Amino acid sequence: MLADLTIKLVLAGIMFFGVLNLAALHTWLERKQSAIIQDRIGANRASIFGWRLMGLFHPLADAIKMFTKEDIVPAGADKVLHTLAPFFSVFFALVAFAAIPFGDRVILGDRVIELQIAKIDVALLYVFAMLSLGVYGVILAGFASRNNYALLGGLRATAQMLSYEIALGIAIIGVVMIYGTMDLQELVRGQGRMLGGWIPLWGIVVQPVAFFVFLTAALAETKRAPFDLPEGESEIIGYFVEYSGMKFGMFFLADFLETILVACLATTLFFGGWQVPYLMPDGFHFPWGSTLPVSQWTYVLLGVASFSIKVVLFCVLFMQLRWTLPRFRYDQLMRLGWLGLFPISVLNALVTASVLAWVDY
Amino acid sequence: MAVKVVRRRELTIWEKLYLPQIVSGLKVTTAHFVRNLFLHTAHSVGMLKHLPASVTFQYPEEPRPYAFRFRSRHRLTVREDGTPRCVGCMLCETVCPAKCITIVPGEHPDPNVEKYPVRFDIDLGICVYCGYCVEVCPEDAIRMDTGIVDVAASSRDEMKLDIHELMNPALRKPVTDCRLEFPHQCRISGGEMKGSWEKT
Repeated sequence: MLADLTIKLVLAGIMFFGVLNLAALHTWLERKQSAIIQDRIGANRASIFGWRLMGLFHPLADAIKMFTKEDIVPAGADKVLHTLAPFFSVFFALVAFAAIPFGDRVILGDRVIELQIAKIDVALLYVFAMLSLGVYGVILAGFASRNNYALLGGLRATAQMLSYEIALGIAIIGVVMIYGTMDLQELVRGQGRMLGGWIPLWGIVVQPVAFFVFLTAALAETKRAPFDLPEGESEIIGYFVEYSGMKFGMFFLADFLETILVACLATTLFFGGWQVPYLMPDGFHFPWGSTLPVSQWTYVLLGVASFSIKVVLFCVLFMQLRWTLPRFRYDQLMRLGWLGLFPISVLNALVTASVLAWVDY
Repeated sequence: MAVKVVRRRELTIWEKLYLPQIVSGLKVTTAHFVRNLFLHTAHSVGMLKHLPASVTFQYPEEPRPYAFRFRSRHRLTVREDGTPRCVGCMLCETVCPAKCITIVPGEHPDPNVEKYPVRFDIDLGICVYCGYCVEVCPEDAIRMDTGIVDVAASSRDEMKLDIHELMNPALRKPVTDCRLEFPHQCRISGGEMKGSWEKT
């Protein structure tokens, strides 16, 4: 019992350590990547003992700044909800990570440990539920601030979530149908097979259309450019306009966490999660026939590394998109969601279903 | 007024598909990203320094080169004996559109010079850096070529330059001791006359 609890706590520790640090690094990545894209240098002034380390201390400086800033609750605001909203945002963004598998099973003595905080049979539904609940933080923030602009931001966020959640959900139905499970660990395992011995049977191979719909809808879910209408920096300043200090920081953190979560989901569903091409539990089986045996720990660590690298690459891709595309207008956003992504995802699900009905897979 | 009809071009199907356009946009940003990342890496090991990776000037450490005719903070030019070239003709004070110059002329012992400034103050808080004072000066006594652009102060009074700082651009606030020998009024001596012509 105690051992089980310890194992779960360690797994949760690893996951949250990785995720929260990645979120902090996101601020650094965002500054530096945008700077390099735009022929600038980017934040590089924060230093410890004269060491600047390419601005890597800026997340630290940010955290200190956020924590020491005055925390203001507007006079007309609902104090309880106003305080609760940022915690909602961060909480739901964080708990969703519980179902993400970041590695294959480890066999330790007579124990089989899945590298996943919680093994849930309907993990996919759970993650999506948490993603949807995340909007409560946003709408509460907009509502409790007693500020028209904040309320507008909150409303926009809600409408956007509703529109894109549907496309997001239907897009992954194809994947679920093909691998026949909602358990993310099993889903990743299902992606370990080979197509003709050469191509790993990842989600992107069998469901390319779903991947693009998922990617677009997922970007909209993270509320970042080009879908940053709830924030709308240049016109309404968003649902957190009345927040300061660390509460504002938590909304920011929740944004980054959602980006990472979506990157994790994209990796898990479409890029084979912790799968390394041609790597089986007992070693590499190359399609030209040769094999290269690896130990169990190497296998597990390679898997974790593969998962992390894919997630980071997705984060970089999202960042690149964010600094490439201009923001949508609100009607364009709705049009894209309901008239673009929704029909495509429904068609994709239908086509997948009919192909699966005919082809014995 | 003539009416100009702006024809909005219809988007082609290729453009309406949106994805190809995203890809072409990504191509631009990624090309910049890869090029600059490569150059930054090369710079850090001391290679390819002639190719700039960014357009940034790291300002306080790396000053931006200014144009030859760039108008920076004023200075008063000085004669060989250390007295200002200014003859107190009041032309700059008169032409100044912001009225930021205050001159109190005094009589110069040299009959060829006639007058000199007992006080010469410029309030940089009001100055618009138009350069009229430089243009109008018949004696080339005031110039705007110090290259000082980072004029900053925490109060309006500190924005006022008096004759010390104007004659010696190397002086920065706060100026604590007065080294000018000729009779003048300055803030250090509390607006009283100080110095004598015998010393110079």
